[in-house]
Amino acid sequence: MLVKDGVATYEQVISRFPKQEFLVKPKAIIECYENIPCNPCSTSCPFDAITILEDINQLPKIDFDKCTGCGVCIYNCPGLAIMVCQIIGDKVRFKIPYEFLPYPNESETWHAINRKGEIIGDALIEKVMLTKRQDRTAVIQVLVDKENLYDFVTIRRKI
Amino acid sequence: MSKYSLIKVKYMIKKDLVIIGGGPAGLCAAKMVAEANQSCMLIDRNQILGGQLIKQTHMFFGSEKQYAKTRGIDIAEKLVEDVKKYSDLIDIWEDTTVVGLYQDKVVTVLKNERYVKIQAKAIIIATGASEKVLAFENNDLPGIYGAGAVQTLMNVYGVKPGHKIVMVGSGNIGLIVSYQLMQAGVNVLSIIEASPKIGGYKVHASKVRRLGVNIETSCTIKKAIGHENVKKIETIKLDENWKEIEGTEKEYEVDAVCIAVGLTPLTNLLSMIGCQMKYVSELGGLVPIINENHETSIENIYVCGDASGIEEASSAIVEGYLAGLHACKKLGKFHPKNDELMNEYHQQLTNLRNGPFGEKIRIGLKKQGVCKDVS
Amino acid sequence: MRIKEHPILNFKEERKVIHFTFNNCPVTGYEGDTIASALHALGIKKLSESMNLKRPRGFYCAIGNCSSCRMIVDGEPNVKTCVTLLKEGMDVKVQSNKGEIYD
Repeated sequence: MLVKDGVATYEQVISRFPKQEFLVKPKAIIECYENIPCNPCSTSCPFDAITILEDINQLPKIDFDKCTGCGVCIYNCPGLAIMVCQIIGDKVRFKIPYEFLPYPNESETWHAINRKGEIIGDALIEKVMLTKRQDRTAVIQVLVDKENLYDFVTIRRKI
Repeated sequence: MSKYSLIKVKYMIKKDLVIIGGGPAGLCAAKMVAEANQSCMLIDRNQILGGQLIKQTHMFFGSEKQYAKTRGIDIAEKLVEDVKKYSDLIDIWEDTTVVGLYQDKVVTVLKNERYVKIQAKAIIIATGASEKVLAFENNDLPGIYGAGAVQTLMNVYGVKPGHKIVMVGSGNIGLIVSYQLMQAGVNVLSIIEASPKIGGYKVHASKVRRLGVNIETSCTIKKAIGHENVKKIETIKLDENWKEIEGTEKEYEVDAVCIAVGLTPLTNLLSMIGCQMKYVSELGGLVPIINENHETSIENIYVCGDASGIEEASSAIVEGYLAGLHACKKLGKFHPKNDELMNEYHQQLTNLRNGPFGEKIRIGLKKQGVCKDVS
Repeated sequence: MRIKEHPILNFKEERKVIHFTFNNCPVTGYEGDTIASALHALGIKKLSESMNLKRPRGFYCAIGNCSSCRMIVDGEPNVKTCVTLLKEGMDVKVQSNKGEIYD
């Protein structure tokens, strides 16, 4: 449970996903479950897809019709709680924030990791993005098996 | 005879306004004061201004008005840059420790091993906070550090505090420092939390949990073991009445322990000058009684930031702006946009303190005597 | 104990080496270090002893509040080594008493 061990429940996680037919295009998944004073996701979205009302303690609301999956919110979220997700056949393409060295290299295979920090399979590294605008938060694009759609959250180097 | 007493104090420096502390609150106060065309002296005991922001490598929360999504280290740089633009109005004394504060508003300082006296008309105290300690067997062993100390050591000086660490406390500082320890390549074995719930933002908790760090609630540190350094610690589970449950002891081999059990306002100077103080546990301990203008029980002595009660750095920034505006207004210098800014900053504070995480602060502020900026 | 690479921070690799002594042994740190950070990088965590029971003490707060890092530096006792910058030729010793006032 989130308040006990930092792991969101399955119900919490799927409540942040749109219906799978939306995910033929990339969409942002915002794992912000708690009313904290914060709003950069909403102010940084170039498409006005994320709204937080007047009170910055409100949870962000995302309009999946407006979201293009551009990924700007990934590195603007101070809680690193946003990723972008797209279903491609029997695979899922994720874009995740990553702030550890060494960075992966394209076409390497790393472990796919769930919210408890456990290995759940392989993640094929497709792209490593780190522009000046991202302010030292790298965005890694990976491909994982579709069965990991609601489990995958980050990557770990294979040792 | 100490070398300090060899130097005779020849004269008293006269200043309208002295700001003590160059962290987020003090820097923002200085900026507002200068914008109102009021001169001031900004005193900080460190060689570098910026307070504890200089070791915060993570992005800040809040709204962009308080530099949200900017890393603390970069906020420090921006605030210092802003203040240094007003070199004609702000007299910055770095590496200067205030050693005395007296009712006639005389500030005494040590600067370059010289004892100097400053006569002020108004003083803004923005001295920040210090880390709390936790009582357990052998809690004084070397290798047991405050979480802020660990951050300073690794993020300012580039030195790892150890290789294997247990974090005690799951408030925002405990969670953030755990993440930063891992970025520095340190193995965080576990985060333990005495309360049955994680104290900090859950996004921070999730960030460390997915890296494989276990967060154990209802668990505390029982003792540390070691001779010259900490080598092992023993933890124990707590029941719903916070009583230790025998038989649940667990040992960890560590070379450092990080204590993140909260901060307490650094109020020595406020006590010294004789401000009325009150114990408010929601604000971290002993705090000055203040009015809605951030003024203490002594006229023209203001306080802002963590020194007046523990909150986030974003609130310290806004409180600094407000204390600066109020102090120079009373000295007769109006900021050209005084009314507009006051409204704006009061609104920002209300907003920051509005959510469930602000509840403790709202209760604390009411006890402290402040009725504004909480809804 | 030095951090070699970091995703957010940039620690200069080529820093000026500072020579100093710890309990009369010659050791080195880098320019920009405090006395305590240089000692910690060398693995030295015990900086002082408690006054009565002579228990080992290291720093606790590292920002000059707690005084647990007090040492004798160039003969002067009670120097807060967590906020005192390291200088070439410094003579640093573990302190185990209140410190004496000198002439």
